Amino acid sequence: MMTNLRYLFFLGCTIPYRVSSYEISARKVLSKLDVELIEMSDFNCCGLPVDPADHEMMVALAARNLCLAEQQGLNIITLCTGCATTLRKVNRMLKENKEMKSRINEYLKEIDMEFKGTIETKHSIQAFKEDLGLDRIRQAIQRPLSGLKVAEHCGCHLLRPTKVAGYDDPEDPAVLKSLIELTGAECVDYPDEPECCGYTVIGIDEKVALQLSREKLRHVKMAGAEALITVCPSCHLMFDVQQSRIERMFKEKFELPVLHYPQLLGLALGFAPEELSFNDLRVDPSRILEIVKEI
Amino acid sequence: MMHQTEDSIDVKPLRIDPSFKREVMKEDGGETLKVCFQCGTCTSSCPTARFSDSYRPRTILRMAQLGIREKTLSSPTLWLCTACFTCTDRCPQGVEVANVLRVLRNLAVREGEVPRIYSELASNICGTGYAYRIPEQREKKRSELGLPPLPRTQLEKVGKLIDLVGGTRLIRSRRNP
Repeated sequence: MMTNLRYLFFLGCTIPYRVSSYEISARKVLSKLDVELIEMSDFNCCGLPVDPADHEMMVALAARNLCLAEQQGLNIITLCTGCATTLRKVNRMLKENKEMKSRINEYLKEIDMEFKGTIETKHSIQAFKEDLGLDRIRQAIQRPLSGLKVAEHCGCHLLRPTKVAGYDDPEDPAVLKSLIELTGAECVDYPDEPECCGYTVIGIDEKVALQLSREKLRHVKMAGAEALITVCPSCHLMFDVQQSRIERMFKEKFELPVLHYPQLLGLALGFAPEELSFNDLRVDPSRILEIVKEI
Repeated sequence: MMHQTEDSIDVKPLRIDPSFKREVMKEDGGETLKVCFQCGTCTSSCPTARFSDSYRPRTILRMAQLGIREKTLSSPTLWLCTACFTCTDRCPQGVEVANVLRVLRNLAVREGEVPRIYSELASNICGTGYAYRIPEQREKKRSELGLPPLPRTQLEKVGKLIDLVGGTRLIRSRRNP
């Protein structure tokens, strides 16, 4: 019998702001897999949103979160790829770069904190692979989703920069695929799989951002996938919430349901769609649910 | 361009600041600017470059190497990097392309070039702890959905930290649309 896993849960900003369905489904699935989430009561934004404008502010914000986790002696788990890569990157920079560490600790001292470098941070997908293990998830499957054809979108920050992520090949990602396949669903390949969703520049140039999402939706659709699986709230916003706008803007129909990975896994674990917040999705997922019902 | 005088119509050579590359290279993440040999792998790998007429990472790096400081830092296209890090991962020369571009944007901010979105994000973080202003209704709905209450950030601590690193500069400057 393996011991239960415990993590400090870093919620981030985008999920409570607009993507509750991801949080709801993830909490259900993690609890079913005996992963315990400890609430992080005093976190602040990971820092990534302001990095383009002020790197030092990003590092300081991330460092404060890392210190909070160190105080509780727990490793961090996140659902957002942006939070994941930022906390991981800063954790690593501060552990390796003594000069930076002492500079940041000077700031932190003023708010009675000190970065020590005693914890790790992981995206849930990395934790699934490395901590929970595929076998343990496979054993919990109650309703294999065979007959369902989906495609994956990892999102840039799950995989890049490789120096920071390092547990999958960004040019040919396999981790999320293997996690999808153990639900019984087929995960199809499509061109330019690791490409960006465009979210990070939507506040600067909407057209460029939406063109990026449109291209991905086209590729996924052409590959014959019945749904796209995401593991990041921002990517999900681009493909699900923005999909109808993209359709209007480019006069092109996709009608492609976009699920959070925990929603897909949750179905296979035996949860009902309502429990996994399927009703919160903008693109109607009923065709997928029909296929699942027939299984 | 709004206030053109006769003088400014004259064709002038681009202003060159040969020390600009050093300014970039001394920032965290800017160190590798000097080893870029202009192969163009970054631009050909860049998702934005496929859809933008003007955004070319290779060009921006060359301009920075040459010391075309003002034009580089004031260029709106500087802000079109999606931070996907494909350029960094693929650079055969080990240039931290995305980091160098980020350093350039950071330097632009110090010159007062701040796209409004970043002032807003910084001000939200300062005021709420979150990058977005989460509507009260959303917070209330959490309990209906069976979710725990939204964590509350100790704002005086975060505010102090932002102040210490000089992040308030971002919040104050809301000049650009």
